Amino acid sequence: MSRQGTRKPLSLKRLKNQFFNLVGNPFNMVVFISLVALVALIVLPLLQMLKETVTLSRSELRRVDGQVGDFTLYYWKYLLSSQMTGAVLWQPLSHSLVTGFFTALISVPLGSILAWMMVRSDLPHKKAISMLVIIPYMIPSWTKALSWLAIFRNQRSGALGLLAGMGVAVPDFVAYGPIAIVLVMTLHYYAFSYIMVSGSLRSVNSELEEMAEIQGANKRQILKSITLPLVLPAVLSATIMTLSKSIGSYGVAANLGNRIGYFTLATKMKEFINGTGNTGVGYAMSLLLILLASGTIIANQRMVGTRKSYETMGGKGTRHSPIPLGKAKTPLMGFIVLFLFVAMVIPMFVLVMESFQVTTGGGYGLNNLTLYNYIGVRDFANQNIHYPGIFRNPEFSKALWNTVKLTVVASILTAFSGQFLGYISSRGRGRWFGKVTEQLVFVPYLMPGVAFSAIYFAMFSQPHLGGLIPSLYGTFALIVLVSVVKHFPFASRAGTANMLQIGVELEEAADLAGASFWRRMRSIIIPLAKQGFISGFMLVFISIAKELDLIVILMTPNNRTLSYLAFTYSKDGMAQMADAISICVLLFILVCYRIANHFGADIGKSWG
Amino acid sequence: MSRIELIHIDKYFGDNHVLKDLNLTIEDGDFMTLLGPSGCGKTTTLRVISGLEKPQNGRLLIDGHEVINADTAYFEEPGKRGLNLVFQSYALWPHMTVYDNVAFGLKIRKLHHAEVEEQVMKSLTLMRIQELSKRYPNELSGGQQQRVAIARAIASNPKLLLLDEPLSNLDAKLRIDMRAELKRLHRDMGTTIIYVTHDQVEALTMSTRIALFKAGVLSQVDTPMALYMNPIDLTAADFIGNPRINFLHGTAHAESAGLSATCGLGTFAYKKSHLTGEEIPKGEFSCVFGIRPEQVLIETQPEEGLVEADVYASQPAGSETLVTLIAGKQELLSKQLGLIDYEMNQKVYLRLNPDKFNIYNKETGNLIKYAV
Ligand SMILES: Nc1ncnc2c1ncn2[C@@H]1O[C@H](COP(=O)(O)OP(=O)(O)O)[C@@H](O)[C@H]1O
Ligand SMILES: [Mg+2]
Repeated sequence: MSRQGTRKPLSLKRLKNQFFNLVGNPFNMVVFISLVALVALIVLPLLQMLKETVTLSRSELRRVDGQVGDFTLYYWKYLLSSQMTGAVLWQPLSHSLVTGFFTALISVPLGSILAWMMVRSDLPHKKAISMLVIIPYMIPSWTKALSWLAIFRNQRSGALGLLAGMGVAVPDFVAYGPIAIVLVMTLHYYAFSYIMVSGSLRSVNSELEEMAEIQGANKRQILKSITLPLVLPAVLSATIMTLSKSIGSYGVAANLGNRIGYFTLATKMKEFINGTGNTGVGYAMSLLLILLASGTIIANQRMVGTRKSYETMGGKGTRHSPIPLGKAKTPLMGFIVLFLFVAMVIPMFVLVMESFQVTTGGGYGLNNLTLYNYIGVRDFANQNIHYPGIFRNPEFSKALWNTVKLTVVASILTAFSGQFLGYISSRGRGRWFGKVTEQLVFVPYLMPGVAFSAIYFAMFSQPHLGGLIPSLYGTFALIVLVSVVKHFPFASRAGTANMLQIGVELEEAADLAGASFWRRMRSIIIPLAKQGFISGFMLVFISIAKELDLIVILMTPNNRTLSYLAFTYSKDGMAQMADAISICVLLFILVCYRIANHFGADIGKSWG
Repeated sequence: MSRIELIHIDKYFGDNHVLKDLNLTIEDGDFMTLLGPSGCGKTTTLRVISGLEKPQNGRLLIDGHEVINADTAYFEEPGKRGLNLVFQSYALWPHMTVYDNVAFGLKIRKLHHAEVEEQVMKSLTLMRIQELSKRYPNELSGGQQQRVAIARAIASNPKLLLLDEPLSNLDAKLRIDMRAELKRLHRDMGTTIIYVTHDQVEALTMSTRIALFKAGVLSQVDTPMALYMNPIDLTAADFIGNPRINFLHGTAHAESAGLSATCGLGTFAYKKSHLTGEEIPKGEFSCVFGIRPEQVLIETQPEEGLVEADVYASQPAGSETLVTLIAGKQELLSKQLGLIDYEMNQKVYLRLNPDKFNIYNKETGNLIKYAV
């Protein structure tokens, strides 16, 4: 009896049959094509960027001997050991680490405590509150930065904020820089801890705690020796996630830091890539950023074990008896109200109000309120106003159209690819191609959005491989591509979960009935996957609609989105119009959220 | 209606050698049951036959036509083999009505609309579920889903019908009804059926032949009667029969006339014609007697040739009574028809038929003497 590995007699017939078995099976072809696509979309751009960091480009010819295209360590040397290293590496890096560290330090306890109260305590109106608690997360982080500016802006920006307008002297270190960045990011990234820890708490059966109670442990002992250890992995994962996300965050840091020259790795990198021409250094920084962000996530996975940090830990329907808060109920309720006030009500209020103001910081008196920012007609007598109200501004309508187009096209493509990749991973469980697909698809998750678009910038800013890979810079297609691929991890997770629900036997039954691969797809898989497809689609939709970090490097005047327009206007000192645009984005997101909820999508599953 | 030949089939999952040099011929019109404990490779065998798995070695012929040849890497597509499979989970498509589930394969074959309808209604009628045709699978009970699954499998008139533990998800009463149903179906359609189960009662009651599996190896292929009467080794004997067969340890040695064997019940002599041809060790050797509980008859009065025993416990269960006995220091179970109550420690006398005993070589576990 021959072992599995034993060679069969080599015959032409056997080779021919093997070839047709391989090629004649559409599933194999589909796997092959998707693996090629994944390599082309994820691995190649990364390698390309790596190559760019060691290839001499035209702009450095003046400083370096050699020809364009020569191998050079100039960029790495510039970054790692030149007199510029302090300014271009150590300072931004330390800023990134400091803001990331403090963001995690505040937002993890905040999110965890909120989670505990929502899952385990007997707080009244828990259902309604737990809906509200997640809303601040729906507000894009860069919008929150605009709200912050609306309150704290001082003379440095020209236009005053709410406080400065009331005569309060707001020092720079409050209005801009690390404190502002940390606080604004906290009001966004608390959601990671909230979602992860509440998922983990939900999976802890309260019988475990009741058992300890029967053994005579008091509430504090139970919390310390039963509950905490059980949710500790989730807390740890949330910490790492927050750290990695905030280190790589661009929008908040750029809005609140750039004006006073407070750069993080992410914002400095963007300056290099889009700005002064020394893109090689920017790419090198972007690689560092990727190493930093992915390093933390991978280290976490090693420590915590599985990819729990990435999945929401879906709790089984275990039993929960709420823990009475007793006297602490009122203060804790107050805490939540305060949180919602600070994270949701105030930012929204000042943003909306400022969008109606004639002069920012001029108070909310009727004489200072106007609809100009929305519907005003440009008055050529007043040279201070460069733009009409946004609804009359062609830039706005163009950006609106771009945003809608981008979100619709990209999320359809993403959701579709997600289901497709999910199909391959689920059917390839335990096979090599399933594992490879899962690993490759996971890679974009490890990269901060701004770094991810940097690698696409490197890949597509000029043609490669003799035009086989065209230059897509400045095209809408590139923005779509980067949005789609960046959302692969999330979308294919959703797709895998969806496909795993569709038993393989349902397909095999059709196979036996003589249905071809494509027929099985059409008659069995697609009808059964529809529901999951729609909810996956809605979640990606929201994430893409509010995206700024991911596209900021790739923006050209022709394909600006609303997020980017708001960012630009704010930078150019047109705060009211930036606010008005963000409000439009927010409304767009809220409407989508409502629709997504209607389709049963769980917003907690959408990271971004 | 077809003859299936599995020739030297080997199937590996990674390093796990699941089917080991499987050789099995299933005659046209057989109701062949693959019987064995869970994990022994029954489902894998079905999946190899149906084409859902590809074996690494061996050939498969259906009616002499080569369907698998691992040497030339030839594997005919599942849909072209003229067979159908009923999955253990039923695998009904949840988004299709009963009618559409059954019609799917016929539509794939591009049958004419009227023909599809006729075939579907025919198989629904055969399974007596014609009134369910508009329902969705999740609106059906387990038993009804089962019938739909079978109706779907027979709609295309397969030459060969494969059933993977089809009754294991049904409750006890439905299971007995469905057994009868499947037996009738087999007779009415005349299709060759390969039926997988780990339940030996199902196997014994339904099959024309049984293939007994042990960890990926085929240990015995026989009619239900032959398998029950003469399990080929101790494992098979232990697996077949409910209540379990009695194993009594003893010794034996070859004699010129045949075999002499001794256990707590006495010494028995057997003619050569009762022996299996299995090699008999020289001199005295350890053996195991296999005695079916229904072969142990209990008398209350002593008589010439009866063996004395004590009642250890008695379990009357209506139509039958199980009695645990101690005879010659060995424990022995007896099954009596009808409701009889014995006292504990009561003296009774056993009527035995030594010709019906199986005798196994203890060391190899193989059968050396047939029951006749
Ligand atoms: N797809 C598979 N991948 C790996 N191992 C498998 C697969 N299917 C079955 N096996 C293994 O093959 C053995 C036989 O399985 P199976 O044929 O399902 O047994 P049975 O149906 O007799 O219970 C088991 O050990 C099982 O773990
Ligand atoms: Mg099985």
